[in-house]
Amino acid sequence: MYQLAIAHLYPEQMNIYGDRGNILTLRQRCQWRGIAVRVDGIKPGQVVDWASYDLVFFGGGQDSGQALIADDFVQRHGASLKAAIDDGLVLLAICGGYQLLGHYFLTHTGDKLPGIGALDVHTVGGEKRLIGNILIEWTGQKRGAVRRTLVGFENHSGRTYLGTGVQPLGLVQRGFGNNGEDRTEGAVYRNAHGCYMHGSLLPKNPHFADHLLSLALERRHGAVAGLVPLDDGLEVQAHDVMVERLG
Amino acid sequence: MSFPFRRAAATLAGKAALQLSRRLGTGGGTQLPGVVARRVAPNVLHELAAGLPHGVILVTGTNGKTTTARMIASVLKAAGLQVLHNRAGANLITGLTATAVAGADLFGRLRADVGLFETDEAHVPAAIRETQPRVVLVLNLFRDQLDRYGEVDTIARKWRAALETLPATSTVVLNADDPAVAYLGDGLACKVLYYGLQDIRHGVGAVQHMADSQFCRRCGTAYVYDPVFYGHVGHYRCPNCGLARPTPDVRLERLTLSGIGGALLAITDAEGVFDVRLPVPGLYNALNALAASAVALALAVPPPTIRHALESFTAAFGRIERIPIAGRDVLMALIKNPVGASETVRMIVGTANNPDAHTSAATSADGLPLLNLLVVINDKIADGTDVSWLWDADFEQLGDQVGHVIVSGTRAADMAVRLKYAGVPPERIETVPQLGLVLDRVLALQPREQPLYLLPTYTAMLELRDELVRRGLVKPFWED
Repeated sequence: MYQLAIAHLYPEQMNIYGDRGNILTLRQRCQWRGIAVRVDGIKPGQVVDWASYDLVFFGGGQDSGQALIADDFVQRHGASLKAAIDDGLVLLAICGGYQLLGHYFLTHTGDKLPGIGALDVHTVGGEKRLIGNILIEWTGQKRGAVRRTLVGFENHSGRTYLGTGVQPLGLVQRGFGNNGEDRTEGAVYRNAHGCYMHGSLLPKNPHFADHLLSLALERRHGAVAGLVPLDDGLEVQAHDVMVERLG
Repeated sequence: MSFPFRRAAATLAGKAALQLSRRLGTGGGTQLPGVVARRVAPNVLHELAAGLPHGVILVTGTNGKTTTARMIASVLKAAGLQVLHNRAGANLITGLTATAVAGADLFGRLRADVGLFETDEAHVPAAIRETQPRVVLVLNLFRDQLDRYGEVDTIARKWRAALETLPATSTVVLNADDPAVAYLGDGLACKVLYYGLQDIRHGVGAVQHMADSQFCRRCGTAYVYDPVFYGHVGHYRCPNCGLARPTPDVRLERLTLSGIGGALLAITDAEGVFDVRLPVPGLYNALNALAASAVALALAVPPPTIRHALESFTAAFGRIERIPIAGRDVLMALIKNPVGASETVRMIVGTANNPDAHTSAATSADGLPLLNLLVVINDKIADGTDVSWLWDADFEQLGDQVGHVIVSGTRAADMAVRLKYAGVPPERIETVPQLGLVLDRVLALQPREQPLYLLPTYTAMLELRDELVRRGLVKPFWED
């Protein structure tokens, strides 16, 4: 029997904009396939052995929540998580979590808040929030998935700029993306993915959810026979309705 | 004092806009007259409010504003006061102004004794500045339409700054059980009155996943709860710095929920205890009635008057409203944010499981009657354009309790996915995006002897209401 262990970083502090839906989706899609899945919430102060996890999720938070965990994350986990990501750990980070994986966040008052530098990106605080539905063409995928689009909802003031060490997750068809300037959205380095897409992201992008699960299963169990297909009628409809509306 | 020409002109212009708006059939004219009047005289709300002999009461909070304000209005009327009240729910500053203009005579004078304004969270600072309220009631603070309001902490900061401007003659009435709200009262110049639920039998296990304010406002440590009632509301204490729930002045000592029929409340204050047999269901409504009682007691309304008014209370449209439709018992409850939706679902599951509630043929594995639901999710501006909140709401309670659910609205497909991941079998989920077709479909499916639950977002509720009005089943809301 296949099994997966998922780490959910700071669920009590970083839980904004329905990002919990991503955890519900990963868990259900494993259970429907008979994959034994365990989700551990990681609290501030907790010591983590990243090798014991197959997939890590790090969502966005309110400013106050982020302030409570930023030091703990950077100081306690910075070096070890960066090494694990270099080694191929599968990870999805959204919004605040995405920003903390980068080099730094430059606030509009000129303060430079450090990230862990696991992704070659940096973020600059902006005046106007970038808010609305977003549609991207998913360019980062490795396999020939049927659907090449991702839909979600963004709400961020930070503008993120990509370095040469990452690929964008996709190209913006509608919305703002990383910075509202260069049409990129998100960043991918090895198996680590960061982006601004709430919505929740994974429930209505089941092809992306399964992409992450495949990467995690392969890493733990070696070459696997591929995921058992599920009846994704409702999920695909939720995805296609928004592609049609925004496209 | 010279004749206030400008205020009179503003009043007249606002009234003309109201007539025009109604004649054109553009709805109840709940905002436009305010916009017009403020254009003519920007100070019109301030001047009109200043003429109210018993002053102004503001009611705000994420959930329960409309219902609580209506409860307060019933009590004040029972006390013999003429109440100026934005009943139709126009709760932006323009809506408050429109209400005042509509209630004024042609000389720009108000005929009412007291102003009662449900106030949108973002408009609280302006409403406090312009109306100089005698009482401000703050019910609770949860995440709601983050795309519009911003984060919970930002709102709390703005409220606090506005409350600090109130003089010692004003009273702020606060929910002791919500740490984000209770903390607002710390060291204010005005009087502060706390209300709270003492009956710990209504506690639930742990703090729910989406709680917003579970960290100490003073030192950032996680609060310890014993117990939690819902969301981040309960009896809390910071284990680090000792900041704790204030002891409430007005207390709901004992609360007995009796299914869809209502609840029995025993409320105490320094003067003694009184009972209220509340005819609307659920924990939320009981807490709204407690808040309304606290405001009434702050205004020295005698308990028998409060009791009499609350015992004959009827809910606002869509706020847990029972409507008989073609012989069926339909219960409509607005859902608009995670905590409110979770509580509504809890109420529905609870009332359906109550032995006094309706019986039906179909039952779940554990012998409970299965629920029939219509959930309508729109993502228009007034609903919030971000539907991410659906994933923060606890629809998991519905899991195996649903017999059949129809999802509709502009985000019907998102809701269908949400219910599937909450454990509702996909074959029990039907998607009918067009609202026009939904009522026929629902009535065709719905057995007469079973209750039907309608859960719409705000604009979906208005659309449903219009459709029901068109069919002659309910009256237009601005006549409400």
